[in-house]
Amino acid sequence: MGDEVTLLLGTRKGAWIARSDAGRERWALDGPHHLGNMVHHLVRDPRDGRTLLAAARTGHLGPTVFRSADMGERWKEASKPPAFDKVPAGEKGRAVDHVFWLTPGHADQPGVWYAGTSPQGLFRSEDGGDTWHAIAGFNGHPDLETWTGGDKDGTPDGPKLHSVIVHPDDPDHLYIGMSGGGSFESRDAGATWSPLNKGVAMDFAPPGDYEYGHDPHCMVLHPADSNRLYQQNHCGIYRLDRPADTWVRIGDNMPRDVGDIGFPIVVHPRDRDTAWVFPMDGTDVWPRTAVRGKPAVYRTRDGGQAWQRQDNGLPREQAWLTVMRQAMVVDACKTIGVYFGTTQGELWASRDEGASWRCIARHLPRIYAVEVA
Amino acid sequence: MIRIAIPSHLASYTDGAREVEAAGKNLAEVLHDLDRRYPGLRFRMIDEQDRLRPHIKLFVGSEMALRLDQQVTAGELVTITAALSGG
Repeated sequence: MGDEVTLLLGTRKGAWIARSDAGRERWALDGPHHLGNMVHHLVRDPRDGRTLLAAARTGHLGPTVFRSADMGERWKEASKPPAFDKVPAGEKGRAVDHVFWLTPGHADQPGVWYAGTSPQGLFRSEDGGDTWHAIAGFNGHPDLETWTGGDKDGTPDGPKLHSVIVHPDDPDHLYIGMSGGGSFESRDAGATWSPLNKGVAMDFAPPGDYEYGHDPHCMVLHPADSNRLYQQNHCGIYRLDRPADTWVRIGDNMPRDVGDIGFPIVVHPRDRDTAWVFPMDGTDVWPRTAVRGKPAVYRTRDGGQAWQRQDNGLPREQAWLTVMRQAMVVDACKTIGVYFGTTQGELWASRDEGASWRCIARHLPRIYAVEVA
Repeated sequence: MIRIAIPSHLASYTDGAREVEAAGKNLAEVLHDLDRRYPGLRFRMIDEQDRLRPHIKLFVGSEMALRLDQQVTAGELVTITAALSGG
């Protein structure tokens, strides 16, 4: 396998595709696709290798999903985008503001996709993303508003349902993250749900043990160990080794003057103990920028017992960027490449597992998402 | 038939046409017929609870329409506008 890598970028003003040469040295940008659309997520279908789905909306128009069967050459809009059920007249029904997250279904279920929305809803497609239907066990759950705090209780850009994970050994076993609401799992394809938040701090609430209401920012299931989950939360970095159900705060091992607040977390595709995060300032009024204006990635190689700062090549000062939860990714090359897109429209790359960094694109719109195709 | 003025934001659905026609006795019926002719257009401007999306307005002639059950008559011009400020 060569080391050519293709990155899929979702931004506030459209989507781009970045392709590298065999050495990951030179990069070329293809785009914009859907110029003017907020593209919250752009994801390739790993089951056919060429279908792309883009979660899009504009400032004026409602949400939709665009599909391409040829890696972005031609696009077609979903004929039935994710939408909540219509309620009877006089009742207050919910409307999807934007599709925030896209996850391809299980390897044995070609054509199945999941979508997480804002406000928080979970949708499924069985025809490659052309038509979507609500997962009633979630969207209609009588406790949903209690879990999430209602549609007002979320990020500044609205409540998000994200980190939709399909267990590789069981297509009916789903994990989801809710900002806010917490991490939940279903073992029956979404019919019923259980909270999965033991051990996770909730510093924004009065002291107590809470079953739900937490704010996971990003959750990943390790591709080499399907019992291991990592989570970057609003209140720390955590690891969970199933069947246990209590998260361990591995962010306590981060440097105290950096802290363990951030949006993304990514994992090495072959080593269960290696992960990367991008810390941000979660003090005072929560600036949510690089800590002290000095961007850095932190890596652990032992499951979170120790973390190493990786900032070689990154700006040394006065760089007040941050990295959104979908905007960090790793490739699967022999020596892992790590990538992140910034809120300032820069795309940074490391082809030596974070040891050194280079900016490979700049002047793009605010980057929402980076995925490897 | 009712004439519909299409904003640039929605012209991708009408093959670039900025004025099209649709049938109906009120705005709701006209928009359903518009969607039948140009699939997908309606959902971008009307949400799943049949509410106009926040930055969309409809005018019948030069009067802003406040309700989708507002009556329209043959030959009238319905203008769809999309207005949003900021970056």
